[in-house]
Amino acid sequence: MDILIAILSRVAKAAVTLLAIAVLNFFLLHAAPGDPAVVLAGEAGAADEQMIAQLRERFGLDQPFYLQLGKYVWGIVQFDLGYSFRQGMPVSQLIAERLPATLLLTMTAFFISLGLGIWLGVAASARVGKASDSLLTTLALLFYATPLYWAALMAVLVFSVWLGWLPAFGFETVGADYTGMARILDIGRHLVLPAMTLGLFFMAVYMRMTRASMLEVSQLDFVKTAKAKGLGGAAIRRRHILRNAILPVVTLAGLQAGQLVGGAVLTETVFAWPGIGRLMFESLAARDYNTILGVFIVSAAMVILFNVITDIVYRIVDPRIGARA
Amino acid sequence: MWKRFSSNIGAMVGVVLLLAVIVIAVIAPMLYPGGPWQMVQRPFLPPFAQDAYPFGTDTLGRNVAAQLAYGAQVSLLVGLVSTLVALLIGVPLGALAGFYGGMVDEGAMRFTEFFQTIPNFALAIVLVAIFQPNLTSIILAIAIVSWPPVARLVRAEVMSVRKREFVDAATLAGLSKPRILVTQVLPNTVSPIIVMASLMVATAILLESSLSFLGLGDPNAMSWGYMIGAARTVIRSAWWLSFFPGVAIIITVLALNLIGEGLNDALNPHLSRKGRA
Repeated sequence: MDILIAILSRVAKAAVTLLAIAVLNFFLLHAAPGDPAVVLAGEAGAADEQMIAQLRERFGLDQPFYLQLGKYVWGIVQFDLGYSFRQGMPVSQLIAERLPATLLLTMTAFFISLGLGIWLGVAASARVGKASDSLLTTLALLFYATPLYWAALMAVLVFSVWLGWLPAFGFETVGADYTGMARILDIGRHLVLPAMTLGLFFMAVYMRMTRASMLEVSQLDFVKTAKAKGLGGAAIRRRHILRNAILPVVTLAGLQAGQLVGGAVLTETVFAWPGIGRLMFESLAARDYNTILGVFIVSAAMVILFNVITDIVYRIVDPRIGARA
Repeated sequence: MWKRFSSNIGAMVGVVLLLAVIVIAVIAPMLYPGGPWQMVQRPFLPPFAQDAYPFGTDTLGRNVAAQLAYGAQVSLLVGLVSTLVALLIGVPLGALAGFYGGMVDEGAMRFTEFFQTIPNFALAIVLVAIFQPNLTSIILAIAIVSWPPVARLVRAEVMSVRKREFVDAATLAGLSKPRILVTQVLPNTVSPIIVMASLMVATAILLESSLSFLGLGDPNAMSWGYMIGAARTVIRSAWWLSFFPGVAIIITVLALNLIGEGLNDALNPHLSRKGRA
């Protein structure tokens, strides 16, 4: 019962945050350069006074500010994110078409970075002070300083242009019309470079965190007990230390989900990956503010949803969290 | 403290690298008085082909070495100023929340959490796009997305310091609350703030370069991210145009991270033990 109340209150808090972001979005939209009615009339090719006035009335721009705000937020609640005049379709439809590609990319990158990061962090912590630990730590420091989009470009240069192993851009081979398994493999081949480069930076973050956390936990008394029981080093690391050390890493990973979405804008731009990040980049060049802000609010919603899920999973996995909150 | 810092090899490497970048940024106008936009040679001159142009020329025949030097100015300026602005927002907010507690704390922390929830790179893109790309909007956007961790850190530090005995002594001595906060509590939170700030400069430089890469840089300032963004489409024929600016970013960011870690070890010696065992 307690857990149900906790989950409900968490969801309610998330909803309030999302509403606040919608309000912020409204103000940003109004701060965007150009009177929307004038811009719309310009797009339609007839910017005379009468048309502008008509447009104002039609889109409610002549109404008082608070009514406009209310209408906007109510629209967002119903997934109405406005209309993209550049692309000639509703923003919500544009985003819905592109969202699956972004989800595929970010989720793959998330699991690659978390899995590899934890694995390498454990490996480094087991070899503290040895050459292999120094090598891993130095590499992590280097990845941590590397701009994501640059790593992506260099990966294209090496693995596509020079070696010719993997496709340089796109979601699948255009015109190949693969079906079934062949199509999945084709998409998979296109996914390797974007997912690896997006995951690389985060892998470095999780590796450093895992290593530090492992070393911290290994100083605790229960580890001595395990040693006294005669358990081997590997068993202690896996079953006793890692289980405790992994919690802060997963917490951090949940918090970093937002960065992953931001990183997707850069990765999708380099690899021409047809997701919402690429959509945002295209809209930047066209100064299509409705779409830019639509992508912004959808990515914020994704992050909030992700945080709620991590939170709930936690409460179930680790009962101590419920007691503290 | 200096002794501990200077015996840290990584930190000293960081200092040397950062000094080199600073020197290049400062003497850029003397080295290349023509500025970074001047066309000096045929386009697409490969690197190391002519001594005068060690990094080659770009698609318009501009000197890549000059662009790199001027790019250092923008990176350092944006990194430093945006961090200062972020501190100006985060330190007072965190200090008030931690010192006064109660409703003030509750309000300030909800506000901070809200900003932490928003994906920060996406928000920075939106802000710069709407307020038009220039150095001011870029610096403000980076500051707006970077202050929340500062507020949280300062709040936590202030909360622990304000319970110490010398604060009670100051209260007994009749000092007013605001005066205690500014003269007694805040000075004791400086070292973790310094550590965080040095790492924030590094992150800000990465953010600036990412914005410029997407075409949201100041059109009048040469920047490393812009160079990579402009060279993206010619990567097959002119790899050096994207390669060298990336190396410049890595060197600068790495240097700042190394310095930050060195400062952390030097200023909080008992904390750093944990990570090194």
